[in-house]
Amino acid sequence: MSAPSAKAAADTFPRLLLKHAYERPDAPALREKYLGIWQTWSWAETAAEVRAMASGLAALGFKRGDNLAIIGDNRPRLYMAFAAAQSLGGVAVPMYQDAVAVEMMHVLDDADIRFAIVEDQEQVDKLLEARESRPQIEHIIFEDPRGLRSYNAPGLTSLEALRSAGAAFDKANPQRYDQEVALGNATDVSVMLYTSGTTGKPKGVCQSHQAFITAAQGGVQFDKLVATDNVLSYLPMAWVGDHLFSYAQFLVAGFTVNCPESAETVMTDLREIGPTYYFAPPRVFESLLTSLSIRMEDASSIKQRLYNAFMKVAQRCGSDILNGQAVSSKDRLLYALGNVFLYGPLKNTLGMSRIRVAYTAGAAIGPDLFRFYRSIGINLKQLYGSTETCAYVCLQPDGEIKFDSVGKAAPGVEVKIADNGEVLVRGAMVLKEYYKRPDATAESIDSAGYFHTGDAGVFDSDGHLKIIDRAKDVGHLSSGEMFAPNYIENKLKFFSHIKEAVCFGHDRDHVVAFINIDLTAVGNWAERRNIVYSGYIDLAGKDEVVALIKDCVEKVNAELASEGELASSQIERFLILHKELDPDDDELTRTRKVRRGFIAEKYEPLLGALYSGKTVQHIETQVKFEDGRTGSISADVKIADAKRLPAVRKAAA
Amino acid sequence: MNGARKIGDVILKVDNISLRFGGVKALTDISFDVREHEIRAIIGPNGAGKSSMLNVINGVYTPQEGSITFHGEQRRDMNTHQAAENGIARTFQNIALFTGMTVLDNIMTGRNLKIKSTFIEQAFWFGRARREEIENRKKVEEIIDFLQLQSVRKTPVARLPYGIKKRVELARALAAEPTMLLLDEPMAGMNVEEKQDMCRFVLDTNDQFGTTIVLIEHDMGVVMDISDRVVVLDYGKKIGDGTPTEVRNNPDVIKAYLGAH
Repeated sequence: MSAPSAKAAADTFPRLLLKHAYERPDAPALREKYLGIWQTWSWAETAAEVRAMASGLAALGFKRGDNLAIIGDNRPRLYMAFAAAQSLGGVAVPMYQDAVAVEMMHVLDDADIRFAIVEDQEQVDKLLEARESRPQIEHIIFEDPRGLRSYNAPGLTSLEALRSAGAAFDKANPQRYDQEVALGNATDVSVMLYTSGTTGKPKGVCQSHQAFITAAQGGVQFDKLVATDNVLSYLPMAWVGDHLFSYAQFLVAGFTVNCPESAETVMTDLREIGPTYYFAPPRVFESLLTSLSIRMEDASSIKQRLYNAFMKVAQRCGSDILNGQAVSSKDRLLYALGNVFLYGPLKNTLGMSRIRVAYTAGAAIGPDLFRFYRSIGINLKQLYGSTETCAYVCLQPDGEIKFDSVGKAAPGVEVKIADNGEVLVRGAMVLKEYYKRPDATAESIDSAGYFHTGDAGVFDSDGHLKIIDRAKDVGHLSSGEMFAPNYIENKLKFFSHIKEAVCFGHDRDHVVAFINIDLTAVGNWAERRNIVYSGYIDLAGKDEVVALIKDCVEKVNAELASEGELASSQIERFLILHKELDPDDDELTRTRKVRRGFIAEKYEPLLGALYSGKTVQHIETQVKFEDGRTGSISADVKIADAKRLPAVRKAAA
Repeated sequence: MNGARKIGDVILKVDNISLRFGGVKALTDISFDVREHEIRAIIGPNGAGKSSMLNVINGVYTPQEGSITFHGEQRRDMNTHQAAENGIARTFQNIALFTGMTVLDNIMTGRNLKIKSTFIEQAFWFGRARREEIENRKKVEEIIDFLQLQSVRKTPVARLPYGIKKRVELARALAAEPTMLLLDEPMAGMNVEEKQDMCRFVLDTNDQFGTTIVLIEHDMGVVMDISDRVVVLDYGKKIGDGTPTEVRNNPDVIKAYLGAH
């Protein structure tokens, strides 16, 4: 491998890749478990494959400025495809792999996709379906040939064939690849990530090499990440978090990215790899803890007692020890003992023994949940960011962890709060533009270069940012008091029995809520009480379950009662929905955020009943199965009242 | 469907088979053939003799009359071990796995015939035994990947849901690298999603390895979708034989299935 030329600084991703391949050719870059064995690509091998892939694309006519769609689970070769497109001055456009063909249409159209590199038959089928009405999709390149042998659609090629065509092209034009890489500019768009589409059609967020490299460098320095770190990549590649952690930081810090064998084996793979740096949305931490509690409840009584005793110690002093605060020597001793008997083995079971830094973001995390992980010695922290800011705005510094804040402004980021409470951000990591949407770009970035996040937040006295809600979601009750639905929904979701919640109250006299119970947790709770149920609908309609949820709602009301203006947002009435909210039915976005307006329309009769004083409402709902067929379910949904408390004034300090 | 797959010559021919258990006539004068690489379905109402037919092909039962020609070799009598050596593997209507063993070990048992090393060699795991185990494990891992069983690789079979157990059984049959696969109701008792998965696996097996497949199935939708030709049995007699469309329009079949007069 030739040395990257001195004048070209490593300021684009392909040049970073070449730099690592030159400096540490044999160090592991990517790993994937295949046929039960972890396979490793060294940096040199990675660079060579990227070169072949890029040359193959060039031979097919992929040129500067073209967009390359990348669809599939986290696979080393798909990560290489990002670098291959970028080497030629193209833009990588990762798409959510579980989206159905119809949902993909918008992105395929919007990004003028002519080339796509996809994982397998499933994605090929979707693209072929899309191509019937979108003939501009010329080349579909697939990694896994299974089931595709009999396909003979024009432009359909295997990645294997692309690479050998690339090798031949490279031989004939030996200078081409290096020239193309040298032509790249740090300010070129490197990747286009689509917003989740909580509001309207998804928009393509154009981010330059510079933006993501700046964000990655900031994070790498902040948490002192090094080349020997390991991460496990299992979150969708189309999500900004994965792009930052598994691509940008991977190329900046030069650590190893590990890809799980399949989506179902993530837990096993996590244990085998033992990552040192870990990133997951709160729901992953939540489901881990839920399965842990369920297993603990089934454990023998000695184990249960040991667990309870040591968890008490951990709760008392665990996070203080992690934060480096003063703790009595008795507690230190007990904690050390607990580490031997409980926390250590527990972390090992969770695959978290080697974690130095873990982050969570994407949604609010419950304080109990957050405290649990920190108390057993896992350095779990929160960050704040969005697709438009490379997921890099605020980070919690080590030792300064507050449960209800997202930390301080990250290095190189300016954060300020607008008069209406909206969080404004300025820095190199702010998006270049929305693709083909100058109107939206102008709306989001003001003349001073501040990006309007759309989140409402406040700074506390230590300079930590606290996010309350989406700025546009913050509404007002008809009495004029502030109503922050997300804030209340998050409080509800912190209960393990509640999976999703949707609150309504804007321009109304009081707040009502739709609840989705968590089938695993409530199912287990019901089994323990010998409550017989046949499935979700049946369980959701049980009086005992309604009482259980009512208890949770009233606890939330009690909390709200002590929060000043929010005291009026206490929930008056609620119901348990007869079906689970699902992205396939457009009720949630692909990143599982509730689409409140859509839900209000779809379940209009239920909402009406909540505000009319009825106690039961019949409803029939269309559902879409995973295979695309539709059916309908109907149920009589019970509506319950919750007790509201008078507002409590906090004792004046 | 299956445009690229080449259906070859007849590899199994069943002539005038009759099978009786005492006075009960399970099969009467059945004849049909199976071509290389095709998916051949045997359908019929309960008690029509479908499983008996499969058991005759695979050597569990010896018919009183008739002959079977497999790869040009005519026979009436064959034991199950010979059937396996001749490249016939099967799954069962009622799952027959080793429930205490892991998925991996269960599939490994399918490689039994490929192991040539002696007991002593295996006990000390040296030489041939070691080499063979590595080879066989690789083959088994390919099948695990093929049937997407990675997440349960080390799970004891007893702890698995029904649909997955069925898949493990298919995996074990595939581990023997059969040229002909006999599937006894591979989709019985499954939900829609599991059935679809199983259909895909059966088609993929046929497509990828060129395995000839003879399957018994109740779900008419599935049969009509995936099979190339269908034999219909009723009360031990053959009442129809042909492509799914031909069979669907056959008045005798309609009568047997719908009871219409």
